[in-house]
Amino acid sequence: MNALEIENLTKTYKNRVLALDNISFEVAEGDFFALLGPNGAGKSTTIGIISSLVNKTSGKVRVFGHDIDTELEAAKRCIGLVPQEFNFNIFESVQQIVVQQAGYYGVPAKIANERAEFYLNKLGLWNKRNVKARSLSGGMKRRLMIVRALLHEPRLLILDEPTAGVDIELRRTMWEFMQELNNKGITIILTTHYLEEAESMCRNIAIIDRGHIIENTNKKTLLQKLNSETFIFYLQKPLRESPNLHGFNCYLQDETTLAVEVHNAQQINSLFEQFSAQDIVVNSMRNKSNRLEELFVKLTGKGAL
Amino acid sequence: MSKEVWVGFTTILKKEIIRFLRIWSQTLLPSAITMTLYFVIFGHVLGSRVGDMGGFSYMQYIIPGLVMMSIITNAYSNVSSSFFSLKFQHSIDEITISPLPHYVVLWGFVLGGVLRGLFVGIIVTLIALCFTSLHIAHPLLMLAVVILSSALFSLAGFLNGLFAKKFDDISIVPTFVLTPLTYLGGVFYSVALLPPFWHKLSLFNPILYMVSAFRFSVLGVSEVNTVHSIIFIILCVIALYFANLRLLSSGYGIRN
Repeated sequence: MNALEIENLTKTYKNRVLALDNISFEVAEGDFFALLGPNGAGKSTTIGIISSLVNKTSGKVRVFGHDIDTELEAAKRCIGLVPQEFNFNIFESVQQIVVQQAGYYGVPAKIANERAEFYLNKLGLWNKRNVKARSLSGGMKRRLMIVRALLHEPRLLILDEPTAGVDIELRRTMWEFMQELNNKGITIILTTHYLEEAESMCRNIAIIDRGHIIENTNKKTLLQKLNSETFIFYLQKPLRESPNLHGFNCYLQDETTLAVEVHNAQQINSLFEQFSAQDIVVNSMRNKSNRLEELFVKLTGKGAL
Repeated sequence: MSKEVWVGFTTILKKEIIRFLRIWSQTLLPSAITMTLYFVIFGHVLGSRVGDMGGFSYMQYIIPGLVMMSIITNAYSNVSSSFFSLKFQHSIDEITISPLPHYVVLWGFVLGGVLRGLFVGIIVTLIALCFTSLHIAHPLLMLAVVILSSALFSLAGFLNGLFAKKFDDISIVPTFVLTPLTYLGGVFYSVALLPPFWHKLSLFNPILYMVSAFRFSVLGVSEVNTVHSIIFIILCVIALYFANLRLLSSGYGIRN
């Protein structure tokens, strides 16, 4: 069964902005699915419609087979949403916020409190349970929203920029936690600005741009479309001008930093041979950006999400 | 109502009760202070010069009106401000994305408003008893009128909360509509004392029917037919209930 089926979904806002233009895609049960796109592409509108925060103009949305037009409550019961914006009552305590949310889903207080203890501990918020939400740091607020979305044990978890503004150490902890949830069978839909996040975790990826799905396939197939990668080389000695590397496009970022584009058919060994021949000593190297990011830029023509 | 829905309903209701009890200095105290001033100034100081009205001392005559005034303003503002605060902070999304049926959401907020109305009504009545004695003529009718009137104004407050886009929008109706209508609804005087034109005009004031029905339940005297008043209140409750339900279903004010 598919966790999510979207058919010919269109959304036109009152100001006549066409946010989604007849998009269709499916997310299989148990998948870790990334929905990527530049700002204003239609990601949040899509998520808003799935979670019933936005009215659709036309089209069909089914969550685990439940049509949101005819079985909205059953569909909602399957979804846990972590929105992009903080949307809890800042005057309530952490525990109150999560237990109340579970209550709206019909989870009795006793069970909700047990689950709250488990998830708050898991995400390092248990000792903050009696603290008012307004006193939490940005990272804590993000984790609070994740806990809140999990307390009714949803089958489909939608994460809209869950790690925005979170430091790298905490982000990695959250990635592990998301993987753990996915391994338990929860289907996850992720939108993120951090493409390495999507590349490392997601199995299937859809790219949305200007209200259209421009790519929707598995990660491997998608990355095969990337026919070149750019590497950054840190040089021991400064160069005055770009070296002449036969068959490679290159340019100096500064006098000791060289960017070289390597096509799939080319080998890095031949590049190093040319470096040696020209007495260029390389101290270290790295990818200019992750592969998905390079592909994203090529597909959308935009440098950042 | 299934167990799940019941849990959802009690969650909203509990949240509403905790809210108005937590901020008691903004929700319960102001009415107590204002009504104490009314009792002292209008009932005690001026009332002794006004004399009897409808066979009761002026203090006794104005008590039902003042209690009803507190109930309806508190029921109204509880729901409008609570609901709009959720909208303002976007925490209304927590309820919007949940599988709670719309009628449950509506009942949760409305009952919260009714309970605050009852709370304030009891406080104001206790204060009133410090100034005069009261014999309640029809206790069950009194309870029915209180519940129906506070439900009516809770529903009106909910409607205001749905339409409101900024904080000013939830103070416009209480300031420019509710307060004048309450003052002109026979709280401080008998509309029978008004000239014929103003008397007839007063009959179009819905609050007159609530004040009158409540006064009848407490003192046993009324200016308009109590049965008509009760029917009028019930019809208003039904109309507002379905209007709110329709707006909630369409997502007006809460969904994009």
